[in-house]
Amino acid sequence: MDVQIALMLAQDGLTNGAIYALLALALVLVFAVTRVIFIPQGEFVAYGALTLAMMQAGTVPATVWLLAGMGATAALIDGGLALRAGQTRRLVGVLGWNLGYPLGLAALLAALPVKDMPLAAQVLLSLAVVVPMGPLMYRLVFQPIAAAPILILLIVSVAVHVAMVGLGLLFFGAEGQRTPAFSDANLELGPLMVSGQTIWVVMSSVVLIVALYQFFERTLYGKALRATAINRAGARLMGISPSLAGKLTFFLAALIGALSGVLIAPITTIYYDTGFLIGLKGFVAAIIGGLASYPLAAVGAVLVGLLESFSSFWASAFKEVIVFTLIIPVLLWRSLTSRHVEEEE
Amino acid sequence: MTNQAKNPVLQIDRLCVSYGKVEALTNASLTVGEGQIVTVIGPNGAGKTTMLSAIMGVLGSKGTVHFDGSIEAVPEVERLVARGMNLVPEKRELFGEMSVEDNLVLGAFQRYRMGHRDHPKTLDEIYDLFPRLKERRTQLAGTLSGGERQMLAVGRALMAKPKLLMLDEPSLGLAPLIVREIFRIVTELRRRGVSILLVEQNARAALQVADYAYVLETGQIAMHGPATQLADDPRVVEAYLGLGGKHQAMLST
Ligand SMILES: Nc1ncnc2c1ncn2[C@@H]1O[C@H](COP(=O)(O)OP(=O)(O)OP(=O)(O)O)[C@@H](O)[C@H]1O
Ligand SMILES: [Mg+2]
Repeated sequence: MDVQIALMLAQDGLTNGAIYALLALALVLVFAVTRVIFIPQGEFVAYGALTLAMMQAGTVPATVWLLAGMGATAALIDGGLALRAGQTRRLVGVLGWNLGYPLGLAALLAALPVKDMPLAAQVLLSLAVVVPMGPLMYRLVFQPIAAAPILILLIVSVAVHVAMVGLGLLFFGAEGQRTPAFSDANLELGPLMVSGQTIWVVMSSVVLIVALYQFFERTLYGKALRATAINRAGARLMGISPSLAGKLTFFLAALIGALSGVLIAPITTIYYDTGFLIGLKGFVAAIIGGLASYPLAAVGAVLVGLLESFSSFWASAFKEVIVFTLIIPVLLWRSLTSRHVEEEE
Repeated sequence: MTNQAKNPVLQIDRLCVSYGKVEALTNASLTVGEGQIVTVIGPNGAGKTTMLSAIMGVLGSKGTVHFDGSIEAVPEVERLVARGMNLVPEKRELFGEMSVEDNLVLGAFQRYRMGHRDHPKTLDEIYDLFPRLKERRTQLAGTLSGGERQMLAVGRALMAKPKLLMLDEPSLGLAPLIVREIFRIVTELRRRGVSILLVEQNARAALQVADYAYVLETGQIAMHGPATQLADDPRVVEAYLGLGGKHQAMLST
């Protein structure tokens, strides 16, 4: 292996590592706030990428109907609750967000010439379809069992993952998709050709991580999420409801997932079930951070990315095996050096 | 005789709480009038914390809770916080890995959510009340001393500008000097129009500042009356105040 190949592999590794870092941060966040080990994180990646691909193929993405279905169910439940409590203003809000928004979006997607719109607009529309599924998923699936033990939450999380993969096959078909790059420019750095998309991925990840950091450090809502993660009972006494924190967290996780999907779709062919493997690598990184430390998770993600790209060169048949085997020494190291994350009563 | 406050802020009627089959609170009724300090004293395990948790909606209960003019069929924490009820819990429940200032600011979360943007001003007021917290604003809450933690817990609750502040044993484990400071602040809050429901082990100090008092024993209200009257009641003197007259002088504010 010469220097040039090594640099190329490193570039690949960093690009993927940046995506794994985002996913790892989302996994740590979701676990800290809601205690859910968020297996469906990867599905948001696939849904984001494939929704964009469907728009570019000129069809109304089928995911918008899933959004409408989830919205209608939530409208039924929350609308019923609001009605029984006689809160008409809340009823209007519930119906507007859960029915009005998805149907309005579907109408918009059918009416607009989405196929011929600029990429940025298509990306925004994809996010508009996929991201609200996050809070809706929390509302419908996890909020009713918020007090359940971690194991139950994990089992439900796996079930949601399986359901989303199945629906993915239904919506997108078995064929893989690749979307056009954000930019065709290439950057020559000495012996290395850096593609425009790589720069996009790395820069977007950095910007998103900094934005998230600012959100958690500077805004009251960000602090409220941290407070919930630190002390749920204390947060409740401040009026920070666990369901608000849960929805906000799932919103962020869905945003991170869908955005990651849109970013890597020009680099990797995405199939309806690709998300799982990508999410799992984010998970390995999150485990390196003990499902608790954001910086360690980010470092772990880059490590996973590099390991993956170099092992694909030396032993491409075993690349996944090598990456996932990493989890064993990591777990060993963690169990020896630190307290494990304890189940709360 | 009952607490005949003119404008009751809080009125609970026959409140019952069970842990599984065990009933920890039985038919507790109590009133807190506007601008009053009402204290609940009683031995360990009497159900004082249970009662406050039930009023706040943290625990499920039977019975009725009237707060600030409307009935809470099912007390719900977020709603009650939004309406101006705040609890400083026995365990304090601070956000240990966050700074003192972040802890305080989070106390204003519900007001912020409802569109009020006055928390920087409230923060200054809290710092005036507790200069010690201002000195330690960037310190992590988990590293504070017991007295400072107590002040932070009270300050954080005050950030919500409560109508009714419920304090669960604010003097627990504190040195006499700090206890006096805490009780000084409690009376200062009353002066500012905050109604207070004070649960205390330190019966002597509590009866000194309170307007009205209840004695809770094994989940039931055993006695109640104006605080001065209860402080002279021989049963209260024997069970809760003991004999130490000198001790009393030392603690008086
Ligand atoms: N989660 C719980 N499950 C079962 N029993 C409980 C629970 N919490 C409290 N109890 C019981 O209910 C009774 C009342 O407890 P509570 O904490 O309300 O007492 P308290 O008056 O606040 O006592 P202290 O002065 O020691 O704080 C006690 O016998 C206690 O053991
Ligand atoms: Mg108690």
